[in-house]
Amino acid sequence: MSDLKTIVREKLTGGADAFLCLKNEEGTTLPALITDADSPELELVEVGDSRYPLGKILINLLREYPDKRFAVLVRGCDERALIELSKLEQVDLDRLVMVGMACSAEEAAACGCPRPYPGDVALGEKVEAAPGREVIEEVESLAGADRMEWWKKQFSRCIKCYGCRNICPMCFCKDCALEDPHLVEPGVIPPEFPSFHIIRALDMTGRCIDCGLCEEACPADIPLRSLYRKMQDIMEDKLEYRAGESVEEKSPLSFLGTEHDIEKLEQEERHGR
Amino acid sequence: MADKELSYRLVPSTCVYCGTGCGVLLEVMGDRLTGTLPQKDHPVSKGTLCIKGWSVHEFVHSDRRLTAPMVRTGGVLVETDWETALAAVADGLAKAKGAHGPDSVGFFASARCTNEDNYLLQKFARAVVGTNNVDHCARL
Repeated sequence: MSDLKTIVREKLTGGADAFLCLKNEEGTTLPALITDADSPELELVEVGDSRYPLGKILINLLREYPDKRFAVLVRGCDERALIELSKLEQVDLDRLVMVGMACSAEEAAACGCPRPYPGDVALGEKVEAAPGREVIEEVESLAGADRMEWWKKQFSRCIKCYGCRNICPMCFCKDCALEDPHLVEPGVIPPEFPSFHIIRALDMTGRCIDCGLCEEACPADIPLRSLYRKMQDIMEDKLEYRAGESVEEKSPLSFLGTEHDIEKLEQEERHGR
Repeated sequence: MADKELSYRLVPSTCVYCGTGCGVLLEVMGDRLTGTLPQKDHPVSKGTLCIKGWSVHEFVHSDRRLTAPMVRTGGVLVETDWETALAAVADGLAKAKGAHGPDSVGFFASARCTNEDNYLLQKFARAVVGTNNVDHCARL
């Protein structure tokens, strides 16, 4: 198995204009875009144990440099994000080469990841992990009204930093409902319960790829991932869809299309009945 | 038109909005500062930020940002060089202190400066001008 440095060099000499990966600079792990196979930066590339929203960075890079081809280091979650983003017309997979790495057993366990490896693994050894369900089980052991109280208590800590949205690889809208003063009153902390968090949870439905970056970025330790994970479970149960898995199958909740398309779909539905 | 040269990097820095010292990574695309990410392995903030930290890149390219010192001349602010501006400050402080004593002057420090900058400011206030009128903007 080759190391990351060798792979980056191979991709850069084999057609990619740039490689988005991680490097260790003076003890800090951070994303890096390597554009030259002879770059001294190549000596610093390292997988490290910090995760960054590489998909989100790629949306901007692909948009800013429309003629360039990119290679990118992906964990299981990064791959799921890029697949779902391509279906949402945010990244062009034809201009992307994914180099997969498997998370270590410790990382997978700490993260509670449902699938801690991408489709093709070039680095590391695949391990299976059990998705973390402790929070969901705790909430489900409560009666209906107590569940609401439980979440209310969690969300009372929210400082409205927008970190969950900002770090989220699947959040890319130019106009965000969470910044609409009609929906979310400006200057109020904590934000109104449950509307603020329901807006975000609904936007994540059929879209969240369960990377957990939101929960990692939350300064108030709100168990956001479990909320979105439960939403994804419901999506799978009711609509048989899990975001980030299939490259072809789009989310049944995608309403991307012209008004005409939607009218046509509605008409077909009516005739079907 | 030739292809734009690929240029994207993250610069580790410290949030300037308060004294906590959270670790930020500033996203630089081409010659523009385009975003902020939390530094995941930062010893203080451990990959989290508040809303100010998340938006710390925004003021850099602001049209409203002062990019040169200004001196009020005849009621109007006029751009000038640092030599002239600092001479005007020294002159104003000396005049106020001379006419009304050192406590007629106050010093306002900033969380957006380093500890060393703020140390120097209060030292200047106390040891050079002779007043304890020192306050700061970090009442967060």
